[in-house]
Amino acid sequence: MAAELIVVAGKLLVLATLLLTAVPVMVWVERRGAAFIQDRLGPNRVGPWGIIQPIADSVKLLFKEDVTPAGANRWLYFLAPMISVFVAMLTFIVVPFGDGKGVTILGVPLGSLMVASELEVGVLYLLAISSLGVYGIVLAGWSSSNKYSLLGGLRSSAQLISYELAMGLAVLGVILATGSLRLDEVVAAQSGKPWNVVPQFLGFLVFVVAMFAETNRLPFDLAEAETELVAGYHVEYSSMKFAAFMMSEYINMVTASALVVTLFLGGWTLPGVHLEGWLGLAVSLAVFLAKVSVFMWLFVWVRWSLPRFRYDQLMRLGWKGLLPIATVNLVLVAVGVALGWKWI
Amino acid sequence: MVMAVFVVAAVLAVVSALAAVSHRDPVVNVLSLVVTFFCVAVCFALLGAHFLAAAQVLIYAGAILVLFLFVIMLLGAPQTANDEARRPVQRTAGLALAAIVVVGGALLALTMQAVPPAAPVGSNAHAIGTAMLTTHAFSFELVSVLLLAAMVGALVLVRRKQ
Repeated sequence: MAAELIVVAGKLLVLATLLLTAVPVMVWVERRGAAFIQDRLGPNRVGPWGIIQPIADSVKLLFKEDVTPAGANRWLYFLAPMISVFVAMLTFIVVPFGDGKGVTILGVPLGSLMVASELEVGVLYLLAISSLGVYGIVLAGWSSSNKYSLLGGLRSSAQLISYELAMGLAVLGVILATGSLRLDEVVAAQSGKPWNVVPQFLGFLVFVVAMFAETNRLPFDLAEAETELVAGYHVEYSSMKFAAFMMSEYINMVTASALVVTLFLGGWTLPGVHLEGWLGLAVSLAVFLAKVSVFMWLFVWVRWSLPRFRYDQLMRLGWKGLLPIATVNLVLVAVGVALGWKWI
Repeated sequence: MVMAVFVVAAVLAVVSALAAVSHRDPVVNVLSLVVTFFCVAVCFALLGAHFLAAAQVLIYAGAILVLFLFVIMLLGAPQTANDEARRPVQRTAGLALAAIVVVGGALLALTMQAVPPAAPVGSNAHAIGTAMLTTHAFSFELVSVLLLAAMVGALVLVRRKQ
């Protein structure tokens, strides 16, 4: 029992460290990537290639004045950034991020490297917790008592509700093909046959588009929309509360990337590679990291390449575009499963 | 450990449920309801009903109450003034209902016998899915028709205004 607790705590520690380390790294990648795409230099003065810049930024944010606007609902204003970060960190515990087959620590076999390994409703847990993330944004928008914040919060709630549906339907196809709600079994089911992205390309497409909306990233960052709403829901926030929103955005990006990798791209597996023990663990972690990094870069790439959607366009795309496509995907998968197609 | 979590979740659920009906600010009401649903989900999870717990959070806390909040914020519902005087019937009925619930709950608690824990099924998502589409297929279909009717009704109401 004690050994198991230590192992779970160890997994949590590794996960939290990875997630929190990803934030400054991604901030740097985003700023340098933006500069690269826009053919300018970007931050390159602090440390080699400007890699220490995020640390300087965090120190600055820590020491900035923490302002609470007059007329704000103090409790909710304080709570909103906490909810955002809390929810963002909580979603990741059902995602398997490495293969510990054949590795035992303190007599406990590692198995798939996921924290909540005995939770049988992994995917549902994930959708449930991530759907709570909207409260952080909505409450931030409402409690600031600022019209731009409120508009940002309103937009975000309508947007998340619309896109969650398409996203859920896309995930449903994967669940149907796997026959399990556990993400480690989703990964296991994808070895020995083409990754889910091949038979369920439509679902993959819908998921990736919805993922941008779920993380509030451009081209769907209407909750922030700095050209119309100044900064949307977090316009009144400063110092570390503002940083908390930024952190949750980047952690959500990591989670979304990890999810798309797990659901559609075979997770930590590589076709033809079957390693066990510590080597397998190291390779699987590296493979997972590499795949996630590709999608993290996609987030940056898209942000600096596409213009923002108009609000009605966003809603139309969600309900009239993604939802029907996701349904078609689901029906195709269902037919495939019913007829026992080998590839599905 | 389980008992401690249960006590915290249960007390929080009751307290936030009270706040949900008694607080003056509609936004606080909705948020209290979110907390209640979340705590009930924790209780489900403690009983091993993981599917129910996830569905509770996903559907109620994650979707329905977000819409509640959306509407309240959109319409800017004012903090209600003390209007109990204007609703004598509702007030009496509410008190009577509360009395029934309290007395019934007390009777139930006094006469209740511990139910032996159900045999663990392989996966309760599987079990629920199978039960829905075999033994309860008819009621399941009825519920879908009901939901469809509600949806059509909402569309008709919206269209009529235009």
